[in-house]
Amino acid sequence: MTITASATRVELLSPAGWSPVCDWDLLVPGRGVAVLLPDGRQAAVFRDGSDRIYAVDNRDPFTGAYVLSRGLIGSTADGRVYVASPLLKQRFDLLTGECLDDEDVRIAVHTARSA
Amino acid sequence: MTTTKPTLLLVGYGMVGHRFLEALADTGAAARYRVVVLAEEPRPAYDRVGLTSYFSGRSADDLLLAEEGFTDRHGFEVHLSSPAVSLDPAARTVTTAAGHTLSYDTLVLATGSYPFVPPVDGRDAEGCFVYRTIEDLQAIEAYSAGARVGAVVGGGLLGLEAAGALKGLGLETHVVEFAPRLMPVQVDDAGGAALRRTIESMGVVVHTGIGTKAITVAEGRAVGMSFTDDSELATDLVVFSAGVRPRDQLAREAGLTVGERGGIAIDEHCRTSDPHVFAIGECALAVDGRVYGLVAPGYEMAVSVAQQLAEQAAQPFTGADLSTKLKLLGVDVASFGDAFGSTPGSLDVVYSDSRSGVYKKLVVTGEGELLGGILVGDASAYATLRPLAGTGRPLPVPAESLVLPAGADTAVSLGSSALPDEAVVCSCNNVTKGTIRAAVTDHQCTTVPEVKKCTRAGTNCGSCVKLLGTIVADELEAGGVEVDRGLCPCFAHTRAELYEIVLVKRIPTHRQLLAEHGRAPEGSEGCEVCKPTVASIIASLAPELEASGHILDGEQSGLQDTNDHFLANLQKNGSYSVVPRIPGGEITPDKLIVIGEVAKEFGLYTKITGGQRIDLFGASVDQLPMIWSRLVAAGFESGHAYGKSLRTVKSCVGSTWCRYGVQDSVAMAIQLELRYRGLRSPHKLKSAVSGCARECAEARGKDFGVIATTNGWNLYVGGNGGATPRHADLLAQDLDDEQLVRLIDRFLMFYIRTADRLERTSTWLERIEGGLDHVREVVVEDSLGIAEELEALMARHIGDYQDEWAATLADPERMRRFVSFVNAPGVPDPSIRFVPERDQVKPDLVLLATEEQLLAALDPDNAPFPADRILEEAR
Ligand code: SRM
Ligand SMILES: Cc1cc2nc3c(=O)[nH]c(=O)nc-3n(C[C@H](O)[C@H](O)[C@H](O)COP(=O)(O)OP(=O)(O)OC[C@H]3O[C@@H](n4cnc5c(N)ncnc54)[C@H](O)[C@@H]3O)c2cc1C
Ligand code: SF4
Ligand code: FES
Repeated sequence: MTITASATRVELLSPAGWSPVCDWDLLVPGRGVAVLLPDGRQAAVFRDGSDRIYAVDNRDPFTGAYVLSRGLIGSTADGRVYVASPLLKQRFDLLTGECLDDEDVRIAVHTARSA
Repeated sequence: MTTTKPTLLLVGYGMVGHRFLEALADTGAAARYRVVVLAEEPRPAYDRVGLTSYFSGRSADDLLLAEEGFTDRHGFEVHLSSPAVSLDPAARTVTTAAGHTLSYDTLVLATGSYPFVPPVDGRDAEGCFVYRTIEDLQAIEAYSAGARVGAVVGGGLLGLEAAGALKGLGLETHVVEFAPRLMPVQVDDAGGAALRRTIESMGVVVHTGIGTKAITVAEGRAVGMSFTDDSELATDLVVFSAGVRPRDQLAREAGLTVGERGGIAIDEHCRTSDPHVFAIGECALAVDGRVYGLVAPGYEMAVSVAQQLAEQAAQPFTGADLSTKLKLLGVDVASFGDAFGSTPGSLDVVYSDSRSGVYKKLVVTGEGELLGGILVGDASAYATLRPLAGTGRPLPVPAESLVLPAGADTAVSLGSSALPDEAVVCSCNNVTKGTIRAAVTDHQCTTVPEVKKCTRAGTNCGSCVKLLGTIVADELEAGGVEVDRGLCPCFAHTRAELYEIVLVKRIPTHRQLLAEHGRAPEGSEGCEVCKPTVASIIASLAPELEASGHILDGEQSGLQDTNDHFLANLQKNGSYSVVPRIPGGEITPDKLIVIGEVAKEFGLYTKITGGQRIDLFGASVDQLPMIWSRLVAAGFESGHAYGKSLRTVKSCVGSTWCRYGVQDSVAMAIQLELRYRGLRSPHKLKSAVSGCARECAEARGKDFGVIATTNGWNLYVGGNGGATPRHADLLAQDLDDEQLVRLIDRFLMFYIRTADRLERTSTWLERIEGGLDHVREVVVEDSLGIAEELEALMARHIGDYQDEWAATLADPERMRRFVSFVNAPGVPDPSIRFVPERDQVKPDLVLLATEEQLLAALDPDNAPFPADRILEEAR
C-alpha cells in the first residue's frame, strides 16, 4: 500500500499528548475503524458524511464484544450523530458517549483530530 | 298530526334528492322541518349511475340508495308514484297528479332530466326505448328476448353504456353517432379513435358522422333505421341515448326563470328566481351557465342547500369538475380536469398505441403541473391522477413516465402517497384523502365498507374504491395511531416507494436520495435503517442505474451492515462465520475435504446448517481473506448467508435415486440457486425443490417452493419457517422448466419492487391488496403488463452476477478493510479467543465480561506498543 506524503493523519488525545492512529484516507464516510491504543485498549474512530471525526471506546457494553467500530453511523432528527452497535443495534452518541436507547449506559469518548 | 314546524317539500326523489335528505339528517336541518317528498317513480331513490349493473345481476332492490328504515327514522313523509304536475309560487303550493295540493314554506326541486329523443319519424314505435330508469331496463330486457339486432342512437357516455348492455343481452349491436368520433364530449379525436378500435374489436359496429333520419316501422314495430347519408340498417330494437334535457317544466310553467336551452336558473346558493324555491341536480342551470349531467355536482348542491337550511356556513356552488371514468364494454375510459388543454400555454404529453387501443394524454403546464387528461384503454392511473389535476403542485415524476405503458422502461405509477390530503379521492361525493384518513384515525373505521358508510366515498360510480382501499389499508396498517409509513426517521417513503424513485430518477447513491427525497434536516447522516435498505435497492437495480454491482464499492461500502461490509456473519464475540454456497446441497467429496482442511487450518467450529450447507465459525476479520482465497481456489463462491438475498435452494434427492421421485429435484434446485444467487431483496429469500409430493425438501416452508408432479412442477409462494410459520400457496401448476423459471423471475422481481423492508414474501403476500389472487394476476396473467420488464430486470441481474468474494480478493482497495486494527495490520484482535468444547471451539465469553479482564489476559508476546510505531510498521 502506498501512502501519499500529503495524507492527513488522524490523532487521538491521551495523557501523553496527541498520538497518530491512522491515515485520514483509511476512513470511509459513515463508517468506523478500530485502533489499538498503546495500553491495549481499543478505540473506534469514525468519519461522518461531513468529514468530522469522532472516537469512542470500541467495546459494546451490552455484549462485551469489541465491535462498535463496525456499526453504521446515523444522525437523529435533532442532529446527534451516533453509531448503532452491529450486534444488538443500541445507539451511542458519538460526542457524549450516551446510549440513546438506555440512559443508564454510557461509553467513553476520546478526543480526536485530523492533523 | 299537527305541527308548527315549517314544511319543506322536495319534488323528485332521485340520486340528488336522496343525498339532500341525507344531508338534512346530517346537518340537523331535518329536525327543523316537516319534510315531505313527492316522487314520480314507484320506488325510492336508486343508484342510477350503476344502472347498467342491473344487467349483470344487481336487482332493483340492490340498487336502492337508502338503507332500510332511513325515511321513517328521520320522519320524512315520502309519496311514491306521486309526480307533481303544477306549482303555484305565489300561493306556495304544489299539486300532484292525483290532484292533492300541498303547501310548502320551502320547496326544493330535484327533478333530474329526461332522455332526449330526436324528433325522427317512427320514434314512438314498439321496440324504441330510452335508458334512464329501472323500468326502461326491464322493458329493454323483455323486448330483447325476441330480437336479434339492436342499435343505439348516440355514441356518448350513456350510449356506449347502453351498447354494452345490448351486447350483453346477446344482440348484434350497432352504435350510431352524429359527431365524427365516439364520446365527443369527453375525449379528443385520437382518444375517440382508440376507443373505436377497441370497441369494434369486441364486435360492436360503430357508425360515426351520420344522423338518424327515421325509424322504419312495420306493423307498429321498429324494423330498421335510415340515415342522413341514405344508408339503412335493419334492426329490431332501438335505444335512444342522444343526450339528456333538464326537467324544468314545473318551474317553467310557474314562471320561474329557466335557461334558453333549458334548466332552472339558480344562483350560487342554488336559489331559483323565487326565494322560497331551490333547484338542485340535473334540473338546475348553475351560475356558470352549465347544466351538470353528473352526480357529483348535484351532490355538492344538495349539501349546500341542506347546510343553508340548517343555518350553517354553506359552500356556494359555482361550478364543478367534469371528470369521469367509465368501463364501457370492458374498455376503461377516463377524462378529467382540463382534458382538452384549453388553459393557455398548456402542453400535451401523449402516448398512443393503436394496436392495443391504448391512448393516454396528460395536459400539463410548462412547469409540469397537471391540468387534466384523457385515458383510453388503460385508465388505471385515473384515481391518483385526477385528484392531482389542478392542485398547482408539480407532478412528483415527469409526466412522460406516467403515460408510458407499465412495461416500458421508465413507466411509473403514483401510489396513494403522491396525493396531498386535500386531494379529492371520491369525486362523486367530494371526499378528500384527508377525510378518508380521518375516518380510520378519528372514527375508528376498520374496513372499507365502514369507511364508505362513514364518508360516503366510493358509494356511487365506484371508480375510486381501489384507491380508497389502499388509503384505508395503509392507514390501518399503521395501527390507527398518527400514521407514519416512512421507512425510518430520515424518509417519509416506504421501501417500495423508494424503489420506484430510485428506478425512475436513476438515483445511484443514498446521499442523493436523502438530499432529494429525505425528510431529515440538511447534512443528516441517514441512519442504520435506511442505509442498508437503500444500499439493497441500489444493488438490485445496479445494472439499470449503471452503478457498480459490488456492494463494497464507492458509497455502497459505507452503507452496508457489518455482515455485508465483511461478507460474513458477525457472531457474539466479534468473530465471523463463513458459509460457502453449496447449490442444492449437493457437494463433491473433494470439496468436502477442502472445507475440512480450511476449518482445521484456521481452527474454525464446523456445523451443518439447517439450509443444507456447512458453516465455519470463529474467523476474525483479518482471517476472512485468507480463508476465502482457499475456498475460491477450490471453486466455492459466497453463500450470501450475510445478505438480504437468496440463501439456499434446498433439494431432496429426487428421481435420480429415490424410488418415488418423478423429477430431478437436485438439478432443478441447483439451477434455481445459481440463477438467483446474489440477488439483493427486501429480506432473505429461501427456496426448496422436492422430487415428489412427499415433500422431503420442505418446499412449502419456503419463499418459493417447487414440488415435482408427473407433468412438471408446481410452484408455491409465500412460505416461511421462523417465528411465524406459513405454508406456501400454490401459484401455478404443471409447469415445464422454462415456464417455472419465468414465473419465479417475475414473482421475485415483483416482490423486490413492492415489499417493505424486512418483509418476507409470506407477510408481503398477506399484506398487499388482493393478496395471492393479485399476485397471480400480475405474475401469471400479466395484468399490469409489467411481466416483460420484470423478466428483463432479472435477466440483467443474472448477467451482471459476479462472486462477491472472488471480486473482493482481486481488488486491493476492497481488501483494505480486512484488518482488526487500522493502525496495526497483522495484529490479531486480542478480544477474540476461544475455549474448547466437544472437540471443537467456542467463544471465550469470560474474556469479554469487563475491559479489565481483557487487559489482564493480554498475551505478553502480543504486548501493545506505541501507536505511532504501529503506524510506522504499517508502512
Ligand atoms: C446457520 C443457521 C442455523 C444452523 O446452524 O443451522 C442459521 C443461523 C442464523 N439465522 Fe436462521 N439459520 C439457519 C437456517 C434457518 C432456517 C432453516 C432453513 O433455512 O431451512 C430458518 C427457518 C426457515 C425460514 O427462514 O423461513 C431460519 C430462520 C431464521 C430467522 C426467522 C426468519 C423469519 O422469517 O421468521 C431469522 C431472523 C431473521 O432473519 O430476521 C434467522 C437468522 C439467523 C441469523 C442470521 C441470526 C443472526 O443475525 O445472527 C443466524 C446467523 C447465521 C450465521 O451466523 O452464520 N434465521 N434460519 C442456518 C443457516 C442456513 C444456511 O445454510 O444459510
Ligand atoms: C345509465 C346511466 C349511467 C350514468 N353514469 C354516470 C356516471 O358514471 N357518473 C355520473 O356522475 N353520472 C352518471 N349518470 C348521470 C346520473 O345518474 C345523474 O347525474 C344523476 O342521477 C342526477 O341526479 P338527479 O337527482 O338530479 O336526477 P335523477 O336521478 O334523474 O332523479 C330525478 C328524479 O326526479 C323524478 N321526477 C322528475 N320530475 C318529477 C316530478 N314532477 N315530480 C316528482 N318526481 C319527479 C324523476 O322520476 C327521478 O326519479 C348516469 C346516468 C345514467 C342513466
Ligand atoms: S420428496 Fe419424494 S422424491 Fe424427494 S426424497 Fe422425498 S420421497 Fe423421494
Ligand atoms: S368517485 Fe364515484 S364513487 Fe367515488
